[in-house]
Amino acid sequence: MDYRKAGLRPHEYETIRRELGRDPNETELRIFGVMWSEHCSYKSSRPLLKLFPKEGPSVLKGVGENAGVVDAGGGWGLAFKVESHNHPSAVEPYQGAATGVGGIIRDILAMGARPIASLDGLFFGRPDSPKTRFLSNGIVKGVGGYGNCVGVPTVGGKTLYDERYEDNPLLNAFCIGLVASDSIVSSQTAEPGNLVVLLGSKTGRDGIGGAAFASVELGEDTKASRPQVQIGDPFVEKLLIEACLEALEKGLVTSMQDMGAAGITSSASEIAAKSGVGMILDLDLVPLREENMAAWEIALSESQERMLLIVRPENLDAVLSLGQKWDLDCAVIGKTVEGNRFILRKEGEVFADLPASLIGGGCPEIHWPAERPKDLDQRQSFEFEPSGFPGDLSQPLLRLLASPSLKEKSWITRQYDSMVQVNTVQGPGAPLSLIRIKENGNLVAMTMEALPWACSLDPYRGGYETMARSLRPLWVAGARHLGMTNCLNFPSPENPEQFWEFSEAVRGLADCCKDLSCPVVSGNVSLYNESAGRAILPTPLVCSVGILPVSGFPLLPGKWKEGDFLFLAGIENASIPGSHFQAVLQGRLVGRPLPPSPEMETGFMERALQTASRQIADSAVPLLGGGLGIALGKEAIASGVGAQIDLQIPTHPLALFFAEGGARALYAVPEARVPEFIRTWTGFPFRMIGRVGGDCLCLPQSEPIPLQILSNAWKGA
Amino acid sequence: MNASVVVFPGSNCDRDVLYALGKIAGIPAVPVWHKDPVLPEDTDLVVLPGGFSYGDYLRCGAMAARSPIIQAVREHARRGGLVLGICNGFQVLTEAGLLPGALLANSNLEFICSPCLLKVERSDTPFTNAYPEGTLVQFPIAHHEGLYFLPERELQKLEDNRQVVFRYAAADGSAGAQHSPNGSLNGIAGIVNSSGNVLGLMPHPERASEKLLGGTDGLGMWYSIKSWLEGGAR
Repeated sequence: MDYRKAGLRPHEYETIRRELGRDPNETELRIFGVMWSEHCSYKSSRPLLKLFPKEGPSVLKGVGENAGVVDAGGGWGLAFKVESHNHPSAVEPYQGAATGVGGIIRDILAMGARPIASLDGLFFGRPDSPKTRFLSNGIVKGVGGYGNCVGVPTVGGKTLYDERYEDNPLLNAFCIGLVASDSIVSSQTAEPGNLVVLLGSKTGRDGIGGAAFASVELGEDTKASRPQVQIGDPFVEKLLIEACLEALEKGLVTSMQDMGAAGITSSASEIAAKSGVGMILDLDLVPLREENMAAWEIALSESQERMLLIVRPENLDAVLSLGQKWDLDCAVIGKTVEGNRFILRKEGEVFADLPASLIGGGCPEIHWPAERPKDLDQRQSFEFEPSGFPGDLSQPLLRLLASPSLKEKSWITRQYDSMVQVNTVQGPGAPLSLIRIKENGNLVAMTMEALPWACSLDPYRGGYETMARSLRPLWVAGARHLGMTNCLNFPSPENPEQFWEFSEAVRGLADCCKDLSCPVVSGNVSLYNESAGRAILPTPLVCSVGILPVSGFPLLPGKWKEGDFLFLAGIENASIPGSHFQAVLQGRLVGRPLPPSPEMETGFMERALQTASRQIADSAVPLLGGGLGIALGKEAIASGVGAQIDLQIPTHPLALFFAEGGARALYAVPEARVPEFIRTWTGFPFRMIGRVGGDCLCLPQSEPIPLQILSNAWKGA
Repeated sequence: MNASVVVFPGSNCDRDVLYALGKIAGIPAVPVWHKDPVLPEDTDLVVLPGGFSYGDYLRCGAMAARSPIIQAVREHARRGGLVLGICNGFQVLTEAGLLPGALLANSNLEFICSPCLLKVERSDTPFTNAYPEGTLVQFPIAHHEGLYFLPERELQKLEDNRQVVFRYAAADGSAGAQHSPNGSLNGIAGIVNSSGNVLGLMPHPERASEKLLGGTDGLGMWYSIKSWLEGGAR
């Protein structure tokens, strides 16, 4: 077999030959082809990921495990991670999305954590195209179908429409789980003389080469790639969760790994390499659902709903009977030994004999050339053009409220069980999601954010703003951040301009994390999101997690009360470039988003946390997509009461109401608390902008908008 | 006073019901594995919780209705013991023949997760005696197969027997098919058997049992059961 057919580059093949001191055989070549693919090896992104700060007082387990774990207080940890399943979802939307959810849930389970909530990031193409309808319906049903059955609530997410996702929709799945801090499972704890147990579904030919398929551009005929998409069975996943958690609780498991990309090979070699042991696997012992599978097919199959358990011999019987209890296949497929050889045998014949650490960790990094895009200056030259928008603000507000990315998403969220496990304090449709931890009473706050428009104009600033914007909702609600996870969705790194954008965006994210002391505890990279020369927008997606102590009460949006004073905290002239106003109403992205300001962020954080903990405001919302105008509109709709907005406008009215970015929030403060609010925010830009009351939203020099009209626009009624 | 919560392999609301009964309502409750042939001896109330009992890729609850434990549940019901089926548990009860009718796919063919207003049509059952008749309560639904169906003549009999306990409603107090989020006939959300000791409903009272989570209308059901079992409401 030619190494190029396995997907390896010449210097990679040379590395393998040098390390082995011989030519690899066919099975070994296929293993390297998958394990050294972009998807598994991170060879293009590893140099960039080194920029992320990974340490912090809240981190119990950092990058390097299946998911990071942060301290949730009272002896409990939160394991979380976000991962992409973009290519499969583009080819077979229902199964692609479903197995994306299943995969991330197993990552969390692999830490020994019970999965307690999910978020989903959806990026679709033209809202009215038949293709988008097909893909978005399938993806949403796939996310729901899997999560609902497994019993993990989907409590929020992010949805954005742009024609550049037409052929490459993105599905990013986030999951968070709860684990006792002293029971976190590691993949570094296998000992020589342990047994290797495969628990879960039988192994078939589905999804073979999935990781390799995710590491190149999508073909124009996506149907041809269907065999590389896995098929999910959420019922078996549910059994697997319960069986694994029961096994862990009984102390039967020494180490554990989920089986995702590259199947048995990946999970087994990872445990061997990290634990510093050798491993001998007999592939004949793997329960199969198809006949005549070759050794490499068994070794690389991506059949879903399987876990690899490392078990001491004396615990084997108990593990086998657990498998029986939960009606799961459970088989010993090998053993750990002294040394570092990773050996695959079938019918007595050795098919692969490799150093374990070479398989997952030996792939050389690729340092792609980066080049600032030639048209960047042109993209960034900007002068605000308000023409086409006469003075009245009501029309642009209603049009934005009704735009696909900002309008109400209940067609999506109604299809997700957001309440199972009875912990959901704030479900979908808010700037953040809140989950109660029964075990210690604290509330977990979560956000998901991505700003591809801003990133396409200035990836550094866009990346920084993405990170900051994922944290602000936590602070406004009263939660302190504990850490973040990210999914870096980009097109091919082999194009120098695209690689430059990728690098700059990561630098922006990393700088913001450093400035605000937010550790990066896990993540995932998805490259080659392009087909037929059409690339997606640079889409770094961030999920931030924070905690609100048991004594605190979350400050949430949608709770305006008649007579409340409305305050804008933050600057008045944010950025039209990269905003929904520009992208949707003006139809042309141009200019630069706001430059980062760490001082403004920390100043905002301190005051927002105080405002929440002292319960100074009735309602609060950070300014997100659509800026102040959309925040006012959504607050009025959710609260069922209008407002009179009245202020001297220091900038162009359109900029005040629809610009985005920067540390900003809208507060509704009861009259009696106004002095305290002013004291709290002194030293930071803020101003009173109006008062809650009536049944219309009245913007300056604009036609009043009755609540019913606002609500109809938003709900598309 | 003891409750047993049956755990099928794909149950996913079993822990939620155990929490609502044990931690909120103060009714001692234990999980019971579906492969067990008997219930704990002192069981007063059996709950079949929500979930996807066997994945439910074909007919919801059909396989669970053939689990070993179901024979014991049937016996318990025959002796007059209380049985409560929530969501998937309701589907299991109809499949087991403990309640009439069937739950079909929602009329929009989609999973629906949403808060729902319900009218309490009877306050003389063991499950609803704490609610004044006609009370409106808000419980969430979360299901793909919740359209209650029964052939017309049997449906009439069900209504004549006053076996409909919960009906989908609107804020103005009207209740009926026009308010069914899922196409349920006559707006039916929950029914009892003819002797009144077996209740099945699609909405989730255990998800409406804490202020922190947005509502406490479900508490009435736990208190009803508690006072019934304590003898006060008989």
